[in-house]
Amino acid sequence: MEMIQAALGWLPMWLQVLMMIVLKIVVILIPLMLSVAYLTYAERKVIGYIQVRIGPNRVGPIGLLQPIADAVKLIFKEIIVPAGSDKLLFLLAPILAMAPALAAWAVVPFQPGMVLADVNAGLLYILALTSMGVYGIIIAGWASNSKYAFIGAIRSAAQVVSYEIAMGFALVGVLVAAGSLNLGQIVLAQSGSILHWFWLPLLPLMVVYFISGVAETNRAPFDLAEGESEIVAGFHVEYSGTPFAVFFLAEYANMILIATLSAVLFLGGWLSPFQGIPGLAEGALGAPSMLWLFIKVAFFLFLFLWFRATFPRYRYDQVMRLGWKVFIPITIVWLLVVAGMVVGELPPWFA
Amino acid sequence: MNSMFRFLKSLFLLELFGGMRVTGRHFWRKKITLHYPEERAPVSPRFRALHAQRRYANGEERCIACKLCEVVCPAMAITIESAQREDGSRRTTRYEIDLTKCIFCGFCEESCPVDSIVETHVYEYHGESRDELLMTKEKLLAVGDKYEAQIAAARAQDAKYR
Repeated sequence: MEMIQAALGWLPMWLQVLMMIVLKIVVILIPLMLSVAYLTYAERKVIGYIQVRIGPNRVGPIGLLQPIADAVKLIFKEIIVPAGSDKLLFLLAPILAMAPALAAWAVVPFQPGMVLADVNAGLLYILALTSMGVYGIIIAGWASNSKYAFIGAIRSAAQVVSYEIAMGFALVGVLVAAGSLNLGQIVLAQSGSILHWFWLPLLPLMVVYFISGVAETNRAPFDLAEGESEIVAGFHVEYSGTPFAVFFLAEYANMILIATLSAVLFLGGWLSPFQGIPGLAEGALGAPSMLWLFIKVAFFLFLFLWFRATFPRYRYDQVMRLGWKVFIPITIVWLLVVAGMVVGELPPWFA
Repeated sequence: MNSMFRFLKSLFLLELFGGMRVTGRHFWRKKITLHYPEERAPVSPRFRALHAQRRYANGEERCIACKLCEVVCPAMAITIESAQREDGSRRTTRYEIDLTKCIFCGFCEESCPVDSIVETHVYEYHGESRDELLMTKEKLLAVGDKYEAQIAAARAQDAKYR
């Protein structure tokens, strides 16, 4: 870091700062894009394995180049813009879906002090940006001028708005427990040992948060926005080539984001699970590190794929019932419980 | 009481965890996929694929133009014309099987009194036009010459059941 800063020393100050920020963004986004590519590969492999198949294994060793081949194929395909569509909005929609999924990474802490923007209202920023993603879907459905796309967009909008509430309440629980909106502070509030992490006192909220996250990213079993059996492919029926690829990227980037947030908010982010265990905590195992975060994220991503391979799609009224009549009451009740625990300074979490 | 029990069961997602246990178990199961070009499924000696005409060991073609196969063919895929050869024997001048019509029922093979027309185990072939899928007498004899060892082995294996 210092070396790069020194190399840029001859530039005016504002340009130095700008270049450093751009550099950090690139350092975050390139691995993210690679993870997205290989998440699609992991998805096909995992679902294949669960269905007693082997998944892609032809392109490169054990199929490792498959995502590259897919990307190249999509990029070279023709971009078809339907005649009746609103061309500007039609091409803007995938960008609107993608941008919030990437921008949210600005406040995600990877390691102590390793965060692009150490914002005090980080949690609010995340909440605001994850809700923005739905605009891309609504605009895509509207601009396509196709009934399937439109129905998909309407469904997705209603679903995301309903689950936002449960998700928001789950985040309020974290906020109450940690006493801070800063994601780094939230992680630090969980330090101690694996039992100090928030997954234990906030277990129902963690479940609600993660399931709402699945619903929010329009993944199976909540993928009614796509619903290929009834509305073809939902909001992206009319998309092909690169714009379709961008929607695809947005969906998977959102999955990784939700998995990362679940890990940061409930599983202690970068904290080591061996912390606080005598004999194990002293060495490298006990040290906080980015690797622990990645392992936790991988666990949540595996759950995403496992869900998709296991559950059939919900019926629309069931989705709404689950969101409004199950999740919201659970989160409200548990918020009171958390508040009670914090006021009562219940050890070991809130003492 | 019962409804209470049901409520708790659905609240704690017991059925869903049960489902995830099933799929989770399958994740570790041995995979049954056949890596096709490298691995092949076993083929029965009675397997019926691309047709061939056989010859006797002295090189004489077996077919005597009795036209039983042409008669029995349910898809009418076989066309035969015959004439007398210089040595006085009855032979086909034209023997064609249209693979685009053939349903691979194996009746031609069963009806043949001299085991001339047979179906081999060659299931990987293609034609880019209808002409290429029209098996003429020359093509059929060529297939027969190429796969005679395999054809004879399959017939020998199946002989005791005939």
